Amino acid sequence: MAMKRKTKSKIEVAFIYIFFLIMFVIIGYPLFWAVMMSVNPGTNMLVTDLFPDSPTLEHYKWLFTDPNSDYLLWYKNSLFVAVLNAVGSVVITSLIAYAFSRYKFIGRKYGLYMFLLLQMFPALMGMVALYILLNTIGLTDSLWGLLLIYLGVQIPFNAWLVKGYFDTIPKELDEAAKIDGAGHLRIFWTIMLPLAKPILAVVALFNFMAPFMDFLLPRIVLTSPENYTLALGLYNFINDQFSTNFTRFAAGAILIALPIALVFLVLQRYLISGLTSGATKG
Amino acid sequence: MAQNQDKRKTGLSQPRNIATLLSVLVPGLGQFYNRRILKGFIFLIVAVSFLVATWDYLDIGIWGLFTLGTIPREHHSIQLLLQGLISLIVLFFGIIVYIYNIRDARKDAIAREEGRKKPTLLKGMLDFYDGGFPYFMIIPGLIMLVFIVVLPLLFMLALAFTDYNQYNAPPRNLLSWVGFDNFVDLVNIGVWKDTFFSVFTWTIVWTVVATTLQIVLGFFLALLVNDKRVKFKRTIRTVLILPWAVPAFVSILIFSALFNPTFGAINRDILSQFEIMIPWLSDPFWAKIALIMIQTWLGFPFVFALFTGVLQSVPADMYEAADVDGGSRWQKLRHITLPHVLYATAPLLIMQYAGNFNNFNIIYLFNEGNPAVRGQNAGGTDILISWVYKLTFETNNYNMAAAITIIMGLLVMGFAFFQFRKTAAFKEEGRY
Repeated sequence: MAMKRKTKSKIEVAFIYIFFLIMFVIIGYPLFWAVMMSVNPGTNMLVTDLFPDSPTLEHYKWLFTDPNSDYLLWYKNSLFVAVLNAVGSVVITSLIAYAFSRYKFIGRKYGLYMFLLLQMFPALMGMVALYILLNTIGLTDSLWGLLLIYLGVQIPFNAWLVKGYFDTIPKELDEAAKIDGAGHLRIFWTIMLPLAKPILAVVALFNFMAPFMDFLLPRIVLTSPENYTLALGLYNFINDQFSTNFTRFAAGAILIALPIALVFLVLQRYLISGLTSGATKG
Repeated sequence: MAQNQDKRKTGLSQPRNIATLLSVLVPGLGQFYNRRILKGFIFLIVAVSFLVATWDYLDIGIWGLFTLGTIPREHHSIQLLLQGLISLIVLFFGIIVYIYNIRDARKDAIAREEGRKKPTLLKGMLDFYDGGFPYFMIIPGLIMLVFIVVLPLLFMLALAFTDYNQYNAPPRNLLSWVGFDNFVDLVNIGVWKDTFFSVFTWTIVWTVVATTLQIVLGFFLALLVNDKRVKFKRTIRTVLILPWAVPAFVSILIFSALFNPTFGAINRDILSQFEIMIPWLSDPFWAKIALIMIQTWLGFPFVFALFTGVLQSVPADMYEAADVDGGSRWQKLRHITLPHVLYATAPLLIMQYAGNFNNFNIIYLFNEGNPAVRGQNAGGTDILISWVYKLTFETNNYNMAAAITIIMGLLVMGFAFFQFRKTAAFKEEGRY
């Protein structure tokens, strides 16, 4: 009987590993394929091979050195929007979250409901109006206009997330500080912010990555190629003549995906704990 | 003393009522009456400058909101509409300050009636800072939220009741309010009706099937990795999270190429071994299958990671108790693991459904909503939001796009309703 249970258990574990193996192949194959495409010579997709006879880095070289390539410019644009977006969103959302977490004021409850509701309305729903608005203040085809939209759109979700995290910080801490004579801003600065570092890091990371990954907003806001962000520029590689520029796209895409994926994998533990503690206990 | 107070509480001549009335008439006047001169001046100056600065703008805005302009080529209906909506928002904030002024005058008058001493200037300013602090914190974000998120949504709401489309567009033409005509057209006119119902059905199927698949797969994998007998947990977790770590637009475009019938590896390298060719991009049915598979690939890691975190928080003694009672593995899963995990993650899971409902990226990047379908003005894989995008930016049917957006908004409210209930449940739990 004991023997039988043991073998049964072993077979089960074997099946579990086989299942993982299948999942690994399904996950890895598309990514591996893209990497191999990027080292295929030429741009004709019909003659590409999963294992090319003469792998080449010509596409990577092209991105960085060819005078026709705007890749570095796009990288700069994305970085510009990403850094300001990360900093700005942390400032704006932590201020809001602090007020909602620690103060009672008229409109607090409705404000919270509004955040929950607005989270589910994608920015796309109001795209026409956004475009006309940017037009009236002269910020179409401008990275500042793009940044402004990113900053506004992220508020409902992130304010909710950070507020949830602030709620887990014991109120006794700031009450003690208040008795010691600390003012509102001082409590915020010396107690709340340091203790909320993990969730603020998550917010900064999310908003840093968003401009690298989003292609829709840039597509609507930006029109001239020298203002493109990476995602939009890469999309246009394959948008016009899909089959002819995919190898180049693959090379450019890998250079974005690699750093993002690495940062992501390193920080994923914080990401998960931030999400679960922030969002479920809101 | 008590009698004295009773006498004072009646009639309009009572100080609190006089102060209130004066502030209703002219902001700041009640404060003057209360001998709070500086405060009165501030309210008065704010009120006067508000009126001087915004009067013309509000006047035209409100007029424009009702008429949408009267002279073609001179009045631009869309700009008037936008100005009208901004006027409403500005007016709303103005009214809030006005009400605050009235309440403030009344409060100070009551304090005076009760014989409390007038606070010093410094004390008054400190009180103002204390009471206003949360508002100061919110204001920058609130202004952005109102103009970047709320205003555009209101604008779309308004567009749905106008006749703004490619053939009737300012500045050449004036727009007018048409009531619910667009909604009626949507369910009555042949091509709109057909398209709407098929896109709507596919949106629901897409949301339910794709999201449920990614949740089930994520849950199953989390259970397996959580098994005590499995080794190399860290490595396995890292690989399983990989699809989440790669930017979605990159993965979707890679898949779009993989599924390409002429050069894509799926037909050329894999299915050709079995002598099968599947028209992934040109047949709506297969395109939908491909989309659901891709979304499962993209979406399960988030759920997996979430569940992995929550599974570790299930108290071990519950399982031990179940073992003592001779509970089977299935029973433990059903009565301990599942309720615990689902309860803890429900709001995030609902967000997953809402996210896929609005998942424009995958639909548009994979195949731009194609293949085209005869007799419809949306592609075979278009969901509501990608259809709205096409109507807006490709065919300029702004009014219909807005009407569909409103229908989407109503459905999203449904998700939100569940979300509220779940979140409320959490607050209850937190009290124990």
